Amino acid sequence: MSTAQGMQAAGHGEHHGGRPQGLARWFTTTNHKDIGTMYLVFSLAMFLIGGVMALAIRAELFQPGLQLVDPTLFNQLTTMHALVMVFGAVMPATVGLANWMIPLQIGAADMALPRMNLFSFWLLFVAFLLLLSTLALPGGPPAAGWTLYPPLVLQSGSAFPAAIFAIHLMGASSIMGAINVIVTIVNMRAPGMTLLKMPLFCWAWLITAYLLIAVMPVFAGGVTMLLTDYFFATSFFNAAGGGDPVLFQHVFWFFGHPEVYIMILPAFGIVSEVIPTFSRKPIFGYEAMVYAIASIAFLSFIVWAHHMFTVGMPLAGQLFFSLSTMLIAVPTGVKIFNWTATMWRGSISFEPPMLFALAFLFLFTIGGFSGLMLAIVPADLQYHDTYFVVAHFHYVLVPGAVFGILAAVYYWLPKWTGHLYDMRLAKWHFWLTAIFVNVLFFPQHFLGLAGMPRRIPDYATQFADWNMISSVGAFGFGLAQLLFVWLIVKCARGGERASAGVWDWPHGLEWTVPSPAPYHTFEKAPEHK
Amino acid sequence: MAKRKFMLPSIAGAIATVAAIPAHAAWDLLNMPRGVTVLSREIYGMHMIMLWICLAIAVVTFGAMIVAMIRFRKSKGAVADTKLLHNARLEAAWTIVPTLILIGMAIPSVEKLIKIEDTTGSELTIKVTGYQWQWHYEYLGTGVSFFSRLSRESDLARQRASGIDPSTVDHYLLEVDHPLVVPTGAKIRLLLTANDVIHAWWVPEFGMKRDAIPGFINEMWISVDEDQPGTYRGQCAELCGADHGFMPIVVVAKPKAEFQAWLAEQEAAQL
Repeated sequence: MSTAQGMQAAGHGEHHGGRPQGLARWFTTTNHKDIGTMYLVFSLAMFLIGGVMALAIRAELFQPGLQLVDPTLFNQLTTMHALVMVFGAVMPATVGLANWMIPLQIGAADMALPRMNLFSFWLLFVAFLLLLSTLALPGGPPAAGWTLYPPLVLQSGSAFPAAIFAIHLMGASSIMGAINVIVTIVNMRAPGMTLLKMPLFCWAWLITAYLLIAVMPVFAGGVTMLLTDYFFATSFFNAAGGGDPVLFQHVFWFFGHPEVYIMILPAFGIVSEVIPTFSRKPIFGYEAMVYAIASIAFLSFIVWAHHMFTVGMPLAGQLFFSLSTMLIAVPTGVKIFNWTATMWRGSISFEPPMLFALAFLFLFTIGGFSGLMLAIVPADLQYHDTYFVVAHFHYVLVPGAVFGILAAVYYWLPKWTGHLYDMRLAKWHFWLTAIFVNVLFFPQHFLGLAGMPRRIPDYATQFADWNMISSVGAFGFGLAQLLFVWLIVKCARGGERASAGVWDWPHGLEWTVPSPAPYHTFEKAPEHK
Repeated sequence: MAKRKFMLPSIAGAIATVAAIPAHAAWDLLNMPRGVTVLSREIYGMHMIMLWICLAIAVVTFGAMIVAMIRFRKSKGAVADTKLLHNARLEAAWTIVPTLILIGMAIPSVEKLIKIEDTTGSELTIKVTGYQWQWHYEYLGTGVSFFSRLSRESDLARQRASGIDPSTVDHYLLEVDHPLVVPTGAKIRLLLTANDVIHAWWVPEFGMKRDAIPGFINEMWISVDEDQPGTYRGQCAELCGADHGFMPIVVVAKPKAEFQAWLAEQEAAQL
């Protein structure tokens, strides 16, 4: 019955909504669902491109000696892999999810600023055309790492301004996306939905949006100073001209640390939706979860220099940044414990979204442990800039942020397409992904502790074994993602019809509209109790 | 039925994992070296404290998660207790207990950090300057200084498609033409700076690294144990351009008398 309603509603929308057909639809649409879809498809494409770069890196590192790429190309690949994954894959995926799901979760008809929404997507698209074009431009892509530390980054070739301008455009796009989320959530919630009744995904995104607005301009300012140092002989970061190379690191990490929470907080929100659904029980400690996200966001602004314990800060500075960083473990712990308590005395089933959420719970926690270890300055003086750090941040970003996004896709895909997906294929995808991600990243802890620096294209022979295992894991992980692409294509094309609720224990407004969600939903605000 | 569906891919993955392990892996290379200096042992100790605390917390939290996943399965007839929404006492406990654990970690960390930062009372000062892509060492007050770069043998082997098997090269990528020589049993202060871009000086057996930054002079100190003379190897740890992976650090620690003889010899040679 709900399916029939859905088709009716969809027909209704097409008729009165004046939805343009064909290619023009994607350039002119202001519909949050269309824009959300574009963000998600874009993100998937970037995930694959960034993944191919990672595979090139791991192929070179498969054994000692230089076989495939020159050192410069290697550095370009590590830099571009990071920029593409951070700004092209993870962030747009969460923006896509926000576009699709925030209006559906709060009972709004659309995002508050639909035209700006479309503009911010196409701005991002252009930004990536520009960034990826540096692969073909003379001078090539930036090779100083995604952290862009001067003076090294100022040795970049003539394509440098293209990369910087691309970063400016990404920043502008992110800020617009963030403004849109804030305005939508603050103004367009259904009657009765007070802030503290709002789904946790919306809460996580609301706080993420504030982080974005606070730090993207700082990053834009920092890279602009790089640009003037490069072209106009200013000396912001040039010691010979009275400047300070470490200043850039402070500016970068003032952006860069909140940035990692920009990537992980939406995943926290997703996991807070998925675990209750498949435990058939509301989230444990809802308010504590909200306050925990807010505390993490606040702390993220005062911990930045923990990325810089080796630059020679005064003792007091090192102590402050070390202790403030350790504090983050408290609200993060609260979240982990509350998710566990949500499962406690629940009725748990293991559908694909839940599998990814559970893998998130275990593996993100491992990333949290290594993060805590890195906060301890004496130990960090060994860990810093080694593969231990590479292992740490990939644990929080891949089985953390990326698994969160995969859980979200498996959770809401039937709502988007109106079809149930191939469960068997999804479980294959999960198990291969979850196993290979550990084969890929766990050995990197050992490499780092044994003394292998990060960002090197070739290494001493005692590191050969674990590098080989890590590379095998990388290819296994990469190939497993092709199953995911195939699953999505299959699900978009057809499959068993999904009901409005899709899951056994649906909760929240998004499950009250038919599947697929009609083109226009909540034209009349629903009542929320 | 549903269970069997899970099994197949997980077994396939496990087999792939095992098959990936090379026959003679260097299994001993799993942990941070204990090192040979006063500080390296303290730093190793701090690392091990953290590792054990994290493992203990992991056993408790992962244990609770696993118990929940097994006990409260729907397939075993578990019924959700939808009234279990919060528990003030429990939530206070898992906020306060972690805070106490953190304080417990912070105290030794701060103690050790204060020791690391104390570079006073050194017997010898060596100025270390990073260049793209070599190190320069200057024994302050002696007139001895020299560059130290990747050994020729490693440099030939590391060229792309050189045809030289790295395993046939002695200390591939970790050998230099002129190693830094230091005395054992003496507090040595290193002053670090760079000529072009940021580098970082790191010998894992010495327990720590420090950035070498143009326009800055950073300090660190090492004191190699008297009973540990030998050759210690490390690498630049801050991305410094194309040949970042090819600027190793080699330190030869000699007993004081031998070191003095070496230094005198160098001074004579440089006059």
